[in-house]
Amino acid sequence: MTTVTIDKKTLYACLEEIKDPEVPVLSIIDLGIVRDIVINGDGIEVIITPTYSGCPAMDTITMNIRILLSTLGFKKQKITQVLSPAWTTDWMSEKGKRKLKQYGIAPPNPIQQVCSNKLFAADEAVQCPQCNSYHTRRISEFGSTACKALYKCDDCKEPFDYFKCH
Amino acid sequence: MNQDSLINYVLHLADNALILGQRNSEWCGHGPILEQDIAITNISLDLVGQARNFYQYAAQLINESKKPEGSKAAPSPSGERVGGEVTEDSLAYLRTEREFKNCLLVEQPNGDWAQTILRQFLFSNCQYLLYQQLQTSEDKQLAAIAEKSLKEVTYHLRWSSEWVIRLGDGTEESHQRMLRAIDELWKYTGELFVAADYEKESAIDISKLKDPWLDKVKEIFNEATLAFPGKTFMQEGGKQGRHTEYMGYILTELQYLQRAYPGSEW
Ligand SMILES: [Zn+2]
Repeated sequence: MTTVTIDKKTLYACLEEIKDPEVPVLSIIDLGIVRDIVINGDGIEVIITPTYSGCPAMDTITMNIRILLSTLGFKKQKITQVLSPAWTTDWMSEKGKRKLKQYGIAPPNPIQQVCSNKLFAADEAVQCPQCNSYHTRRISEFGSTACKALYKCDDCKEPFDYFKCH
Repeated sequence: MNQDSLINYVLHLADNALILGQRNSEWCGHGPILEQDIAITNISLDLVGQARNFYQYAAQLINESKKPEGSKAAPSPSGERVGGEVTEDSLAYLRTEREFKNCLLVEQPNGDWAQTILRQFLFSNCQYLLYQQLQTSEDKQLAAIAEKSLKEVTYHLRWSSEWVIRLGDGTEESHQRMLRAIDELWKYTGELFVAADYEKESAIDISKLKDPWLDKVKEIFNEATLAFPGKTFMQEGGKQGRHTEYMGYILTELQYLQRAYPGSEW
């Protein structure tokens, strides 16, 4: 019988290699969707939570975690998806937010402004990831994926995605 | 809640989300403008995602309840693969029309943009109130799904409310279209608040959601300069599997691939 000798910290570092297929600069650790890891001899359980109910990336992410765990020698793998507490953009790491911005996607604002039912609320002040102007406006509440809204910068005129608060 | 009722209840919630998601997805590539095409298809995606969570839970409950040998069989929706267990996919792709428990409202045709918007508003308004209650359910899995979905439904409700106002208080043409949509859909709203047998055992009294739902409708219709509809005969039956003539066509399209090529994946 073989036992895998790898600690949790190393494992988290390995999981950094798994990216969100829709935002490939972000790892699943940056996104904050890995909730816990339980190692038990050659068995392991990774607990993850989806960003959105319909996030199509979750199946790919789960498969990639399985491949990684097999490479590391874990024979008994369990990947558990938990829904509660529900993921929020607050769980995204600061490093993740910086990487998003460099990639050209405005990171979620620290203060949640949109999870209310108020109608025709003023657009959130979102900073343009290209020129840093706050002179931007929302084009659509939904962008290229459910987790993003579409904005346009009125200074540099570039459209951009905003990873909306959730 | 007894096991049979719980399974039917979860399937009802799943079917509502799946069928409305399927309907909305018909807009993909046909939205009035690109941004709203993206919006409606993202709402579809949210709904299909919620349906998956409910179906996974229903499949687990059904498989568990079948385990004890010789015990009374579970209500056993068909949707069981030969020799295999029930899965989220088999529940969506292999049940027949009469086994679907979605309310009639969600299966109504898209019609024009006004009708799609109104259907979304009427349904999201109800789903929002329901999930708010369901979040605190003693059933931990239902509570978790509701908590997760509620944020998404908040978006759907806000988006559809804004559109009802935009169209109702828009041009003469858009106003007329909203009135036609109300005329078309209002008769399917009564069913939302009449509990089916399997809902009666739930801790949530669905009839109590009607007043806050009506308040919201009045608020938005008022803002949209739309007259509140008068009393009318209400259609029911979807929750019990008696559907309108549209349901068969939806399933034909939805289930075609798994019916024609059982078990195929891509
Ligand atoms: Zn700019």
